[in-house]
Amino acid sequence: MVDLWDGLVQAVWLMASLDAELADIAARSLYVTLTALVVACALAFPLAAYLAVRRFRARRTIIAILNALMGLPPVVVGLIVYLLLSRSGPFGVLGLLFTPTAMIIAQVLIMVPLIASIAHQSLRDLWQEYHDLLISMNVTQGQKLRTLLWDARRALLTAALAGFGRGIGEVGAIMIVGGNIDNVTRVLTTAIALETGKGEFALALALGFILIGLTIAVNLLIHWLGQTEREGRW
Amino acid sequence: MSSMFPLIVSGAEARRRGNRLIGPIDLQLEGKGATVVVGPNGSGKTTLLNLLHGTVRLARGHVQWQVNTEDARRMQSFVFQRPVMLRRSVIDNLAYPLVIRGQSARTAREAAASWAERIGLSAMKDRSATSLSGGEQQKLALARALITEPVVLFLDEPSASLDGRATRDIENLLLEQKAAGTRIIMSTHDMGQAKRLADDVVFLCNGHVAEKTSAAEFFAQPATLQAQAFLNGDIVE
Ligand SMILES: Nc1ncnc2c1ncn2[C@@H]1O[C@H](COP(=O)(O)OP(=O)(O)O)[C@@H](O)[C@H]1O
Ligand SMILES: [Mg+2]
Repeated sequence: MVDLWDGLVQAVWLMASLDAELADIAARSLYVTLTALVVACALAFPLAAYLAVRRFRARRTIIAILNALMGLPPVVVGLIVYLLLSRSGPFGVLGLLFTPTAMIIAQVLIMVPLIASIAHQSLRDLWQEYHDLLISMNVTQGQKLRTLLWDARRALLTAALAGFGRGIGEVGAIMIVGGNIDNVTRVLTTAIALETGKGEFALALALGFILIGLTIAVNLLIHWLGQTEREGRW
Repeated sequence: MSSMFPLIVSGAEARRRGNRLIGPIDLQLEGKGATVVVGPNGSGKTTLLNLLHGTVRLARGHVQWQVNTEDARRMQSFVFQRPVMLRRSVIDNLAYPLVIRGQSARTAREAAASWAERIGLSAMKDRSATSLSGGEQQKLALARALITEPVVLFLDEPSASLDGRATRDIENLLLEQKAAGTRIIMSTHDMGQAKRLADDVVFLCNGHVAEKTSAAEFFAQPATLQAQAFLNGDIVE
């Protein structure tokens, strides 16, 4: 049996020795999830703002679906993306299966409902607060959306962090669509799954600690960015 | 300037879920001075101001300015009973209406800075507006309404929850503004304030205009029994 201590020691050792393969895997994890996050936010924020301010017939249905999709099992998303991208699928000609791009697509699909749901809640509250004022000032539809998105930016950051958390720790979908190919699509989570399967518990644990450290670092960084803004401009 | 007046209201009604909130209202307002809307709680003051401003839907009748609706809206500002603060700095709150109207951020901020100075919030201009006191927030809301140089300024019980000093600051600003020619249409439950500011009075009762006279006349000799009772402090149904 290996204990946590061995894993921790090995993690420190791997990082201290600037293990090239490890750095590569960690960088790929960040690349995939951060790219997916940017795309997901670009889709989810405007959608959430639109749902917060517009009254149209399908609105409630869309919100209910988004809320339901928040808990979507990543493996299922992975399977669907796999079928879409596989050689015989509708997007097979693009040859994206088993590439980081495929992993990004899967993660975007996993993140969008979560980010949009959280963002929608805070944007809806803000819109309630601002409604009378903005209507009175006769703002255009676009100005309204931009005002809400800008003034809710702190809450949107929180939504983005939740999305990042879901993406960086996700293994089911990227395993299926990425294939965990060494040097191509292997990321921290799939590497952990692999090493655990091989019985390399210490290495798996070390990778796990690095994953946790990375997550905390990104969270602190974003939190700190929000903080400096508050002190600077508010 | 005041070519948007007279404002002619005829048979105007506001409804909600089939129930009539106010009306039918017939009213003509000329282009000078301050009109103060008074009346018991629930008599329809807020609804009437919003109906005139165009932010409550007209269920029936007409609210007619002498310019087209779009221009009319551009020439009005509205100050709410409870100030709505944008979650931004004081200066950005002030600049917002100008930015919305397409002014450059720089000129908007210059105008905002001079208004911050004028309402005594210069020292706090980079603070978050939501951190201001109630009185400061209402002053900020008033300055934000005035920064676009509206022809008509609506205010709905602007000092309902403010202390004496903040109320006096706001009234002084309103008097200055009135002297400069801004048309003021406001509601209040404070008869002292109505006397200090009003040129004429609209007395609302149960969603109807029970009386519309000059302020001097209204306070000296109200024509209706309801107005007499209201001014005596009796409970008016
Ligand atoms: N959102 C609303 N829903 C239902 N009734 C309302 C609403 N707003 C106002 N009312 C009703 O309309 C009437 C006039 O209200 P209001 O204009 O707020 O009066 P005031 O400002 O003089 O107190 C009241 O009877 C009030 O209960
Ligand atoms: Mg009211």
